[in-house]
Parts: sequence; C-alpha cells; structure tokens
Amino acid sequence: MNQWQNFSKGILKENPVLVLVLGMCPTLAVTSSAINGLAMGLAFTFVLTLSNVIISSIRKIVPKIIRIPVFIVIIATFVTIIDMVMHAFVPDLYKALGIFIPLIVVNCIVLGRAEAFASKNNVLSSLIDGLGMGVGFTLILTVLGMIREILGAGSIFGYKFIAPTSDGILVFILAPGAFLTLGILMALNNLYKNKMSNKPKNN
Amino acid sequence: MSKRESSLSNLALTLFIIAAVAAIMLALINLITTGPIQKAQQQKEKDALREVLPSFSDLKTFYIPNIDGEDSLKVFEASYNGQIVGYAVSTYTMQGFNGKIELMVGFDTTLTIINTQVLSHAETPGLGEKITQSDFKDQFRGKNPEKFKLSVKKDNGDVDAITASTISSRAFCDAVDRAYRSLKAWKGGE
Amino acid sequence: MEYLIIIISAIFVSNVVLTQFLGICPFLGVSQKMSTAVGMGAAVVFVLTLATLVTYLVYYGILAPLHLEYLQTIAFILVIASLVQMVEIIIKKISQPLYQALGIYLPLITTNCAVLGVALLVITKNYNLGESIVYAISIGIGFGLALIIMAGLRERLEFSNIPKAFQGVPIALILAGILSLAFMGFTGII
Repeated sequence: MNQWQNFSKGILKENPVLVLVLGMCPTLAVTSSAINGLAMGLAFTFVLTLSNVIISSIRKIVPKIIRIPVFIVIIATFVTIIDMVMHAFVPDLYKALGIFIPLIVVNCIVLGRAEAFASKNNVLSSLIDGLGMGVGFTLILTVLGMIREILGAGSIFGYKFIAPTSDGILVFILAPGAFLTLGILMALNNLYKNKMSNKPKNN
Repeated sequence: MSKRESSLSNLALTLFIIAAVAAIMLALINLITTGPIQKAQQQKEKDALREVLPSFSDLKTFYIPNIDGEDSLKVFEASYNGQIVGYAVSTYTMQGFNGKIELMVGFDTTLTIINTQVLSHAETPGLGEKITQSDFKDQFRGKNPEKFKLSVKKDNGDVDAITASTISSRAFCDAVDRAYRSLKAWKGGE
Repeated sequence: MEYLIIIISAIFVSNVVLTQFLGICPFLGVSQKMSTAVGMGAAVVFVLTLATLVTYLVYYGILAPLHLEYLQTIAFILVIASLVQMVEIIIKKISQPLYQALGIYLPLITTNCAVLGVALLVITKNYNLGESIVYAISIGIGFGLALIIMAGLRERLEFSNIPKAFQGVPIALILAGILSLAFMGFTGII
C-alpha cells in the first residue's frame, strides 16, 4: 500500500463515521453549525495525528502489557493540550464545543488507530494514517454541520441568507435533526456503494 | 538478566517516565495559556462594560454581597469627571437550560436598567441562544425593575419569553433580578 | 425539590443519549435485543454512579487543593479505566451470577463517553456530592430507558421491510431522531 492510499482510505473507503460508525457522539453533538463541525474535526485531527506519531515512535520501547495505559496517557495529554490552547485563543468555539473536547479521549477512533495501526507501523505511515482519518472525520463533520446549518438556521458558516429575523427549520439544529440528517447521509452513502458494487469492475 | 525480574521494575519505570513527561508538558502549556485565557476574559468584560454603561472616565471595581447566597457579585462603578453615572453588575444564574449563564447588567443611578450583555452561556443554538440577541434583550432597556416585574409573563411578570425557550428566558430574568436586588440592598445599606 | 428537578431533567428533559449525545456507540451497538439492553442499562447505572463518586473525590480531594485542575481529563480517564477493571475483578470473585449478568458489558463501558462525560459535567455544573450522586444515578436511568425503548422498537423492526440503503445503522439513527423528537415534548415540564 503506498502512502497516498494510506491517506485516502480514511476519507471514503474506511471513513471513520460513515463506514466504521465510530466517534458518533461528537459527530452528532457539535454539528449544529458548519464552523463547530470544522473546529471539532481539526481538534480531533491534531490529537489523532500527534498521538499516532508518538505512539509509533515509542512502540518498540513500551512493554506490551502496559501499552493500553500508556496510550491513554499520551492521548489524554494531547487532548488536554488542545483543550487549554482552544480555551486561550478561541474562547467562543471552546464554549460551543464544551465537554466534547475532553471527550476526544474516549473517542474510539483515537484508541482504535493507536492499537490497530500506530503500534504496528512506522512513524511516517502512522502520521499519514492519522492525517487521513482526521481529514475524513473533519470532512463529515463539516458537511453535516453545513447541511444542518443551512436547513436549520438559514446560514452558511454564520452568514445568513434568509431574512435576519426569520428562523430556519429549527428542528435541524436541535437534537432530533442530528440523528435524522446523519441517518439520511449514511443511507445515501449506502445507496452510492450499492450502485458502485453492482457495476462490473473494470480494473 | 531474567525476564521476570526486570519486567516489574521495567513496567513501573516506563509508566513513571511517560506520566512524568506528560505532566511536565501539561504544566508548561498551562503556564503559557493561563495569561491569554485571563486576557480574553478581561477583554470580554471590557467589551460588555462598554455596551451596558454610559460613557465614563473612571471605573471603580468592588464586590457587593449576593443577596441570594454566600458569595459576592463584582460591581463596576462608572463615573464621569467625578460624578457617578452608573453601575455594572456581573451576575449569573444557575437555572439555564444547560447550566450557568453569566450576564453583565448596567444600571443608572436610579437603578433603571441601561442594557444587558451575556458573558457566557451554553443554551441551545437556535432556541435559548436567542437571549444573546437584541430582539429579546432590548425589552429590558430603560426599564426600572421597581415597576417592571422581572419574570416572564407565564409567571405573571412583564417579560416576553422567547418562543419555546421559557427556561432560558426565566433564567435570564433570574440573573438580572439578582443583580438588581443585590445592588439595591447594597445601596440602601451604604 | 432541587433533587427532584435534577432527577426529572436528567432522565427526561435532557436525556443523556437523545439530547446530550453521550454514549451513542453502546446505544446503537447493544440495542438490538431487549435482554442485552436491560443488562447494559444496569451495568451503566452501577459504573456511572461509582465513577462519579470516585472522580468527584479525586477532583475535590486531590486536584483542586493542589491547583492541578488542568489534569482532570487525564486523571479521570485513568481512574475510570482502572475502576472498571477493578469492579470486573471483584464481581467475578464474589458473585458468579452477577458477573454473568453484567460482566460482558463492563469492558465496553470504559469507552462509553457518558461515564467520563458525567464526571466532567458534575464539575462544570458545580454540584455538591449529594447532587452529583443523584445526577449520576438519574443519567444512568435515562440511558437505560432510552436503550430499552430503542431495543423494543428494533425488535419489532426485524419484521418490517426496510429499504436496502437504510438497513442497519441508518434506520436506527432515524428511529433515534424520532425518539428524540418525542423526548423534546418533556421540555415544558420543569
């Protein structure tokens, strides 16, 4: 597998949200606007990439039976760093994402990649794997946030395109809208995959 | 070197080193970010003061007892050329839909509300979040709580609640009311 | 009264799964059968309460006095992970039937973000020890309730004809969305 495939697998083929159905909590919770989704995705990418790199570089030193606690400490450290940095420099976004920043630590994707990939591969591959997964996650969160914001608030990245005093279809930025939108998005992805697999393969 | 003997001390050592490195890194980052976090908060306070107070030349900060509790509320006394022109009270409520809401409320010397500004909140976007918008906030401007009852109409007050966000509206009233009563009690006892 | 409000709002008004989006993975993962849903619900109530108690003591007993609040995430997750392990070992030793009922769910709970989420929420909401415990139990019950309703619905879904693209997770999400709509109806009761 070359590095490009390694990177791009996270975006579609093994997309953490759409295909692996991991990390659902932040996906549903913070996507009430596009900017929140994007910010969450970037914070997540930061944690995933750096913890992948560190874990991969110490994979030969750490004894096997204590690897899980070590992984958790490393991941929690990066989570706390991004938490403090966001608190200091983007306080409004920090407020909007709330406890879902510290909760990156229990996001199954991060520990999953550490265990399944970074602890077995070299630093460069782990870096690229982390970036790919992060970009895939960010993409879904931003798209989901965009759809919900357009329908629910009538704006894109905060710029309102309907009359400023009117509301959108409110339900889409409320809790039920998160479930419905993601459900339909996943069904569309399935539909697309079914179509593709019905076609004869020509490679 | 038998594997068994070395392994327990090895494990402990590895864990210790990892934890120590993590703790040192976090302490460092904490040191770096504390300044900006405080600065951002002060900036927010400064912006809010400009919103809720008339133009002033001097600002005095002190604390008054919170009438509903043991703690105290931060008050900014604004004066213009030696004459007191208003007070801004940094108040809060715990009754928000998602917990704490912090407000800055400005009063003139007759305790009429000049304006309000939300400092922090975690209300639902699209619903309770509207407490930050002027459509809701403006109904408090120029009202004296002596005659303007600070609770929503559902509770026989004078405040128009936000549609479908009675809880957030109620919480907002609670915070403003706390600021008013605390300030009034302090002024009375001065 | 305070406690009653905490209980009702934690179970119904801001249900942990359907409005706060905590613990979605087990909610989708183990809601296929009623029996497993009940077991998982019971295990979560138990671990959630215990974990909240311990992390509360760690925060106010160790971290706060030492001004190490910024280490809370790292400390909490380590405490929770070891706690779950310990509970598993203890239950296995003292009660085989209980272990058979709850044991298989315990490892899954470490990565249930509801546990860490509640531990963190209790701190941000400034609850005292009593309120924290009541809150944790209610959140657990709310989680169990959502899980059991969902399992009941999905058992019936087995017999219906679902479009191919919607089979599996998508239809579960749509169901959850409708359930969440229904739970919004509780908003008015507090």
